[in-house]
Amino acid sequence: MDATLKPRDTRDVAEAVAWAAAEEQPLEIVGHGSKRGLGRPVQAAHVLDLSDLSGVVTYEPAELVLTVKAGTPLEAVEKLVAENNQELSFEPPNLTQLIGGRGASDENGAARTAGTVGGILAANLSGPRRLKAGAARDHILGMEAVSGRGEVFNSGGKVVKNVTGYDLPRALCGSYGTLAVATTVTLKVNPRPEACQSLVFSGLSDHDAVRLLCQAMGSSAEVSGAAHLPEGREGEGPGTLLRVEGFSTSVDYRIGQLESLLGEFGTPERLDDTDSQNLWQQVRDAKPVARDETPVWRISVAPTAGPEVLAALRNQFDLSAFYDWSGGLVWLSCLDGEIHDEEIRAAVAASEGGHATLMRADASVRSAVDVFQPQPAPLVALSRRLKQQFDPKAVLNPGRMVRGE
Amino acid sequence: MTAISMPAPDQEVIARRREILSALQAIVPGEGVVHDEREMRAYETDGLTAYRQLPLIVVLPETVEQVSRVLKYCHQNNVKVVPRGAGTSLSGGALPLEDGVLMSMMKFNRVLDIDYDNRAVVVQPGVTNLGITRAVEHEGFYYAPDPSSQIACSIGGNIAENSGGVHCLKYGLTTNNVLGLEMVLITGEVIRLGGKHLDSEGYDLLALMTGSEGLLGVVTEVTVRILQKPETARAVLIGFPTSEDGGRCVADVIAAGIIPGGMEMMDRPAIHAAEDFVNAGYPLDVEALLIVELDGPEREVDFLIDRVEAIGRANKATHCRVSQSEEERMTFWAGRKAAFPAVGRISPDYLCMDGTIPRRELPRVLARMRELSEKHGLRCANVFHAGDGNLHPLILYDANKPGELDAAEAFGADILRLCVEVGGVLTGEHGVGIEKRDLMTDMFSEEDLKQQQRVKCAFDDKHLLNPGKVFPVLHRCAELGKMHVHKGQLPFPDIPRF
Ligand SMILES: Cc1cc2nc3c(=O)[nH]c(=O)nc-3n(C[C@H](O)[C@H](O)[C@H](O)COP(=O)(O)OP(=O)(O)OC[C@H]3O[C@@H](n4cnc5c(N)ncnc54)[C@H](O)[C@@H]3O)c2cc1C
Repeated sequence: MDATLKPRDTRDVAEAVAWAAAEEQPLEIVGHGSKRGLGRPVQAAHVLDLSDLSGVVTYEPAELVLTVKAGTPLEAVEKLVAENNQELSFEPPNLTQLIGGRGASDENGAARTAGTVGGILAANLSGPRRLKAGAARDHILGMEAVSGRGEVFNSGGKVVKNVTGYDLPRALCGSYGTLAVATTVTLKVNPRPEACQSLVFSGLSDHDAVRLLCQAMGSSAEVSGAAHLPEGREGEGPGTLLRVEGFSTSVDYRIGQLESLLGEFGTPERLDDTDSQNLWQQVRDAKPVARDETPVWRISVAPTAGPEVLAALRNQFDLSAFYDWSGGLVWLSCLDGEIHDEEIRAAVAASEGGHATLMRADASVRSAVDVFQPQPAPLVALSRRLKQQFDPKAVLNPGRMVRGE
Repeated sequence: MTAISMPAPDQEVIARRREILSALQAIVPGEGVVHDEREMRAYETDGLTAYRQLPLIVVLPETVEQVSRVLKYCHQNNVKVVPRGAGTSLSGGALPLEDGVLMSMMKFNRVLDIDYDNRAVVVQPGVTNLGITRAVEHEGFYYAPDPSSQIACSIGGNIAENSGGVHCLKYGLTTNNVLGLEMVLITGEVIRLGGKHLDSEGYDLLALMTGSEGLLGVVTEVTVRILQKPETARAVLIGFPTSEDGGRCVADVIAAGIIPGGMEMMDRPAIHAAEDFVNAGYPLDVEALLIVELDGPEREVDFLIDRVEAIGRANKATHCRVSQSEEERMTFWAGRKAAFPAVGRISPDYLCMDGTIPRRELPRVLARMRELSEKHGLRCANVFHAGDGNLHPLILYDANKPGELDAAEAFGADILRLCVEVGGVLTGEHGVGIEKRDLMTDMFSEEDLKQQQRVKCAFDDKHLLNPGKVFPVLHRCAELGKMHVHKGQLPFPDIPRF
């Protein structure tokens, strides 16, 4: 008996999970399904579909705090906060073009492809502004959730500063629904910058580009985006991008400051607000590697290690790649269609530390290789004990993060 | 004796003291093990000085291997361990146990790696918060979270408490500025999390460790993010006839899209105490005083200072002064930063509370606090991180007067309950420790607390690391693990499915 359960409220979720635990019937936890292609395929006969757990619970712009049900569409949340001149500063990406996914549509039939708030937190996905504003997990304040035991628990709070008890809301980010099912989340929102401008430097090698990015990040210009596209925006050759946001007088000033600081790298092109927004959206959504069907990896290392990792890999196979996060985030497409996991893991291991995630590959491939960075034994054991404490019967998204668990 | 009680010491362990001592001496040589009562006195309390307890033995390891071996020994021999940094915790987090080893991490005091390109610094946990900034400031860098205790407190303690400071509104708490750490579990296993890269895969144990109050593991190395100092900073002092006006001003600043580097408020008693102490030039005829600091490029700061001033005036400010020099800016802060010692001058003792509230509740909370002050017969001065609603009521009392500490604690508990009642939390940055332990049930349900304790079980299933802190009732892990299973067929006929 395969069932799709569509709970209407937290109690329904708790009941469904309690049943699953009692019967040892694993559940696949789904919001809009936009990120089904991420991680390992789940082995579960039943689906727990949270898309009806949708809506704003409270939103107090003056407090910078927003509480929503976990299944609320991300687009709806971004629209709401934008109406109040606010934003989710971690710049949640929309990876539809990269990984497919079903998505949903709103009441007027418009596509909603970015998934749900719960989904973006479960995958802890953040865009270019991550390096200044923090990750998705840095923006969560509180959570109501149902553990794999079928019990409802609250953690965190609804204020921006809180250290009462363990920071479970933050710790549950990035757990891909394998510890608990979030039902309501409280997020920190921020004022939306008044203005935005970018600089594009041309013709730099990866190495020089990352040197530029690190220099810019180490300045007081409060750079909020630092990326390098070795193949450029439209194949026109290398482009190195910096973004500055804030009050317009300040943005003008800081852009000028960067131009003079970085004079040795040539004269950059300036992009105004609209062009800037478009460009960074491409970076955010990994558009340069999203075309085609090739395997795509996302590698996070120390910024200065980025070019070294990539150079080592370029010697071994044909690839297309770009850098975000000052050089520390490498998006890489394996042009020959092979996975190259061994080469990639070895290159990351040779750097000072980091991780590589297989972001796009067929389900059969994702169940056969390690999608996520393998961890040392004591950490594996500790993580397993944590899983056991939240989900002793392993009914939540089995196999999503770790094979057989 | 004071109201909060610690778990009954295990006499069997105390009886084994000599044996434990020689085992520790075999691991940590020489002066690294302290057992003389007089020397151990230095460790009997932390920043919550109303509570004192001599530990069984003090150990000061110097290497990760020593930490690991000590913990492993304690684990195998059922000996409790209390980690300690600089001992400035205001919640009693580092209070020793009579039957427990106190592990001071202050010999881990080296800066290991400064990496400007990657804006990361790797330090040992005993390095002070300010020590990190000191190590990088000649290159114009600093470490952003700045607790007032930064000259003394250790980065390991900051991790354990997820400490904040004046600049956290804009730059985040400890948790938002830590990139990685190394820790040792009670079993002696060494675990590394994160590093100079951003984010990690697998469960976010870094998030769990930050703010775990020494209950999950002993931190032996920390990697933090450093930032380039803003080009300039200026502060404006704004005085208001009522706290409502001040509160509204704070909300309006944020509504205008401005996130100041710092935004602090003081009430009348705190203003007077501070002004008497340091002559910061604070107006004495106001009910609330705001210090708003703007930092960034000069042009931005000038522009924002004007806007903040205008917002202040629109909210009936009676006093408004902008710092004209770096020296004047420091003077504005001197009063706020000296608020605790200033209050210490007008009262023999004080308790520093630390609740957070939604900012809109500020006037109501201040009014209720005045009533509570009368009810308990004790004075109270308020300083707070206005930008994020984090209150620090200072309750004035005299420990030598019978009953006053009890009254102060009861007053403090009432304030924290009030914070929770209006939608806030028990602690914004000082931690639960022992101080707020018994109030946890006012904020969390039994199930909420049980799930938190299950996390503890994954790390330390014998409850040997810092027991008696944070959780009002200690459940055995076996008991917490039990599941009440109701078998049946898909029981919810009313859940839609297809
Ligand atoms: C005057 C004064 C002002 C203060 N101002 C602020 C402020 O503005 N903001 C703020 O947030 N706090 C403030 N505090 C509180 C305190 O300074 C912080 O909580 C600080 O982080 C504690 O650091 P510590 O090194 O003194 O830790 P300790 O007091 O020694 O220990 C605190 C907790 O951390 C644990 N711990 C310590 N080191 C380790 C380690 N290496 N591994 C694992 N666990 C460890 C201990 O077990 C204990 O639970 C203030 C305190 C004082 C006395």
